[in-house]
Amino acid sequence: MDSTYSPLATPYEEMPQQKDAATLGMWTFLATEILFFGALFLAYIVFRSTYPDAFTLASHHTIVLFGTINTAILLTSSLTMALGVQAAKEGNNKIVFRYLAVTILFGFAFMGVKGMEYYQDLQDHLWPGPHFEKSLPPQAQIFWFLYWVMTGVHAVHVTVGIFLISYIARLAAKRRFSAEYYTPVEMTGLYWHFVDIIWIFLYPLLYLINRYSA
Amino acid sequence: MTHVSKKTYFLVWLALLVLLFATWGAAEVNLGKFNNVVALTIAFAKMFLVLLIFMHVKYEKRLTWVFVSAGFIWLIIMIGYVMGDYITRNEPWHTMLTR
Repeated sequence: MDSTYSPLATPYEEMPQQKDAATLGMWTFLATEILFFGALFLAYIVFRSTYPDAFTLASHHTIVLFGTINTAILLTSSLTMALGVQAAKEGNNKIVFRYLAVTILFGFAFMGVKGMEYYQDLQDHLWPGPHFEKSLPPQAQIFWFLYWVMTGVHAVHVTVGIFLISYIARLAAKRRFSAEYYTPVEMTGLYWHFVDIIWIFLYPLLYLINRYSA
Repeated sequence: MTHVSKKTYFLVWLALLVLLFATWGAAEVNLGKFNNVVALTIAFAKMFLVLLIFMHVKYEKRLTWVFVSAGFIWLIIMIGYVMGDYITRNEPWHTMLTR
């Protein structure tokens, strides 16, 4: 690592102070993200409370296998991301790169499964509109509207996450991180774990409504 | 900053996978109103595992906890006030949004 490079920037006087500021700033951003998705979750709560039977029937057309596999993929990607942050704390840039590369692969795997699932959903006429699946009550379109918007917005966040992790992985390849300075890796980790948490809630709400009656 | 061991990370991951299959399994069983409770409880448990261990919040200073809590508190306010309005209206639930 270049000994003249100092990651300590003004206005901070000490590295721990800079790290604290980054952490608080990241959590402030995540608070906005909680509200961003929160509004969609609120819409879900309102409409599921109003049309519980339509929502139950509508959700039975989601593909549980794909949803479960994707949940497992994201949970595992959080593990590899956390291990990557830990490696960064130990100053082991080579290992950081490997864990981040695996995390990115899991991200792509998630998108791949989502793509296959979306294709099948469209084949099954689950796009709200004039050609919507006729055997479902009309209010089921509200569920499916929420499905497409919530998983779509989530997928956009996964994509952004893949780009972010790629950038950090490139920095790791350039041996930028050390025990004194690994904040960017940790902050990227916070973002990725947040995306995982959103999916942790999307999964049961979209895929697991009274599956016993499916 | 306390060091979290690799073993802890793997144990948390295992717990998350167990909870994943538990929530899927529970959905396949008719527990009546309880299905919702179980699903949400498991989801919250998974969230706390990711939040406290993977995101290190358990090891962060109190000021960080305040910032972490803020987002959730605002979310609770939003959901609480909106649903509080709807469920305390003096009219049948299903006509609420179709007027």
